Amino acid sequence: MSLIEITEVRKSFGSNEVLKGINLDVQPGEVIAIIGKSGSGKSTLLRCINGLEMISGGSISVAGAQLLDDQLHLKTLRLKVGMIFQQFNLFPHLTVGGNVILSQTVVKKTARPVAEAMARKMLDRVGLAQKFDAYPDELSGGQQQRVAIARALAMEPIALLCDEITSALDPELVAEVLAVVRELANEGMTLLMVTHEMKFARDVCSRVVFMHQGRVHEIGPPGDVFPIRRLRS
Amino acid sequence: MTEFTLWDILRNLLLATRWTILLSLVSFVGGGLVGLLLLFLRISSRKAVRVFARCYIELFQGTPLLMQLFIAFFGLGLFGIDVPAWLAAGLALILWTAAFLAEIWRGCVEAITKGQWEASASLGMGRLQQMRYVILPQAMKIAVPPTVGFSVQVVKGTALTSIIGFVELSKAGTVVTNATFQPFTVYGLVALIYFALCWPLSKSSQMLERKLNVAHRNH
Repeated sequence: MSLIEITEVRKSFGSNEVLKGINLDVQPGEVIAIIGKSGSGKSTLLRCINGLEMISGGSISVAGAQLLDDQLHLKTLRLKVGMIFQQFNLFPHLTVGGNVILSQTVVKKTARPVAEAMARKMLDRVGLAQKFDAYPDELSGGQQQRVAIARALAMEPIALLCDEITSALDPELVAEVLAVVRELANEGMTLLMVTHEMKFARDVCSRVVFMHQGRVHEIGPPGDVFPIRRLRS
Repeated sequence: MTEFTLWDILRNLLLATRWTILLSLVSFVGGGLVGLLLLFLRISSRKAVRVFARCYIELFQGTPLLMQLFIAFFGLGLFGIDVPAWLAAGLALILWTAAFLAEIWRGCVEAITKGQWEASASLGMGRLQQMRYVILPQAMKIAVPPTVGFSVQVVKGTALTSIIGFVELSKAGTVVTNATFQPFTVYGLVALIYFALCWPLSKSSQMLERKLNVAHRNH
């Protein structure tokens, strides 16, 4: 059975139809890159999967949790898929540790010492254990994004959605974030990422989804979707 | 004819100032609580609730405070409820303050970027949890200076309650004038006392604004 099932998904903003019937099944452990021009609907598709946008038609389910428009279903779904954003969206009023602890204690009602141990473990995993007591505005963009990854991981999701997570970073900071993502992929985390990092997509992803004008234009292993010659030139 | 010294006048005015201060506090605290409730209604996910809160706010912002006082004082009397002046004054000021504070605070909540809502939502938080742990702690920082600034309006607003017979600083000024026939001295002192109450408030609003460095945080 597929982990994520996206069936005939449609999404309109007013009269503008952004997604025109998307079908995509993701197996556990797959790493999927969604590429395409801006306006092709790739970010919208990602945001539909955890209900940040409500779909106008079709259905989405993640490990049996259906996307439905009520708090209970949304919460169940969101506990299964984490999301990482282009703008990091760390909570500026909390320390790095606080950022990773908060949702564990509030949403999962985890006891604070347990949540703190989990936070330290996850921050260590992204190489930022020493920044536990720092505030987000004291960190570089790359570090902030790694904290955001740790924050999502601390909720123990079974899949992660990455929405252009390196696009707001200075070029020299991109590598450290991608290294963390590569590590996650190697450990078997299911990943769906909207990205412009074509080389990364080719090296790490199991499949590439090429979207165009709200439809899946092409889908397949990176070798089929990217003609190797074109990438080298 | 009795002669009144300046001290006699000032002492009587200061005694009445207690009521101005008390009424201001009651209005501000009560208005803050009702305002917080209104804020939640105003940004509710249900449309009918939002519309109700918006109508309330527009009604109270769009009519003079004086009319609200008259309606609280005389209007309830029509239903056979005998409303003492202090109750009408307190009630009208609380409801009026709530409308303004709710709107000030809504602006502060909306100043928090959409990304904060999205990040907390995608971590599984419900709307109230998002408000309590993520949005309000940030919004409160922005809200402190304008809220303290608005408290000046509340203090000055209490002067209107003299019209329905609540004896606070302004009403006391009128009473003392009628006894002493020294309107300039009396109202001059009244104005100075109001200034002594309001100036520290607006000064602290400015200081808080600088201290919380609002413009350069949470970008």
